[in-house]
Amino acid sequence: MQAIEKDFPILKRQVNGRRLVYLDSAASSLTPEPVLAAMNQYYREYRSNIHRAVYRLSEIATQKYEAARARVAGLINSREDEVIFTRNTTESLNLLAYSLSGSLSPGDEIVLTEMEHHSNLIPWQQLAAKNKLKLSFIKVDKRGVLDLKHAESLINEKTKILSFTHASNILGTINPVKKLVNLARKFNTLVILDAAQSIPHIPVDVKRLDIDFMAFSGHKMFGPTGIGVLYGKHALLEKLQPFQFGGGMISEVSFNHTLFADPPLRFEAGTPAIAEVIGLSAAVDYINKLKMQHIKSHTQSLAAYAISRLSKVPGMEIYGPKSAKSRAGLVSFNIKGIHPHDLASMLDKAGVAIRAGHMCVMPLVKQILKQDAVCRASFHVYNTKKDIDVLVASLKTSSEILRR
Amino acid sequence: MKRKTKAQESIDPTWLGNVADDNLYRENILDHYRNPRNFGKLVRYTFRHKDTNTTCGDELEIYALLKKNKLQEIRFFGRGCAISIAAASMLTEYLKGKSMQELKKVSQEDLLKMLGINLGPVRKKCGLLCLKALTNALKEKHEKACC
Repeated sequence: MQAIEKDFPILKRQVNGRRLVYLDSAASSLTPEPVLAAMNQYYREYRSNIHRAVYRLSEIATQKYEAARARVAGLINSREDEVIFTRNTTESLNLLAYSLSGSLSPGDEIVLTEMEHHSNLIPWQQLAAKNKLKLSFIKVDKRGVLDLKHAESLINEKTKILSFTHASNILGTINPVKKLVNLARKFNTLVILDAAQSIPHIPVDVKRLDIDFMAFSGHKMFGPTGIGVLYGKHALLEKLQPFQFGGGMISEVSFNHTLFADPPLRFEAGTPAIAEVIGLSAAVDYINKLKMQHIKSHTQSLAAYAISRLSKVPGMEIYGPKSAKSRAGLVSFNIKGIHPHDLASMLDKAGVAIRAGHMCVMPLVKQILKQDAVCRASFHVYNTKKDIDVLVASLKTSSEILRR
Repeated sequence: MKRKTKAQESIDPTWLGNVADDNLYRENILDHYRNPRNFGKLVRYTFRHKDTNTTCGDELEIYALLKKNKLQEIRFFGRGCAISIAAASMLTEYLKGKSMQELKKVSQEDLLKMLGINLGPVRKKCGLLCLKALTNALKEKHEKACC
């Protein structure tokens, strides 16, 4: 693992005079050297716009941009023209909510789950209010797992959209995608997968899972910020309305009429985040080099170790499934009587970066877990058991100081 | 993964020094957090107001009783982190007996000076939550009075 640490220059720095222990990869992962180098190379050697110019630099940039699409397609086992570049998961989901709105009529139903991030809740909530759609939520049970019986009772012939997260960013739960897809296939229901938390850690094969659309972000999978992906089955993308209009998304324009380009370009209006796409491509290469299976087993073993060590801390309450096998590489918790923000602030003094708050999943935290906020430690391939030892030790000290 | 990972069970002395040097959780703050002054509700009050810190969802409610234009009694109630509770405790202690004019004059800088700690942009919202509640309470009271 030491060789991997070396790939991440930020891990060399100190925070508050201490070695940085970065435990917030579920919010944003660190960036390895090859990704930085790829973006740097673009800016230094072939910086130019893509798709339209005929000069050499633009040709290189266009090739690299389109090669990135192929790389991402390879990672998720899709066709190249099924990969749309967006800003992030949130934008991908907003694109869908906007572009699908025309095909939904009052009374249609959208099914989500109680563990959705705000990005997979608010776009649908707002759309439902505007188009008079019914919104319902698959229940999360006491273990932090989706109630599939309840799911079955919610999905019916009126359900036009089933959108859910692959892995919960609070509970860590990995949801049974295939089972949910099978429920949707009994009806004419589109299945949308929020893969923001799963793509960086576990193999995701869109063909095998048979999902219709999928959204994820580059910055959680070693890529730069500002770049995300929307995957869509080609036949569906062909019928989907454009999200934004402008340069790059057309095939022919007159003063009064426009013929749109075919997907994916139809959904990429304006100059895209070229450097970031190239960076994302390098991030996919990096994942392939490390092997996704290895990343999965490493982060899951860290989660298992964290759960076993944390559960011995006095006053500890851990949320989500107890078994690391059904979890993404993260653990959310609270220490009784101590505010998560105080813990996070104190841990910062020890160089430990954890997250505290509602993690953009306010309904789950407030209404289901009945907490104001939680702490979350999340892991990636550059973390080690030693990081968790530092976390546990500093939590113990902090809670002794803060206990009333 | 063969690297030996020795659990750091004991409290790391250098880190403790670090925490003590940094005044974020110095004794004064922890004292106000553990034994908050003026904590609770008032049955009789001139105005009250509840406010929320959107970053963490903490809620804080302020109750004030005025007599002859002076703040005779003030209480705060709610849940919060050490910083927000300590700040509310210090602010209410400071405000007791002050006139309406003086109440209106309390600034963010004044409160941060009372706390005497260096707060980052996110934690500043915790420290200033009580003042936000007070300011909005006064605004509400003013609006009610003129309409």
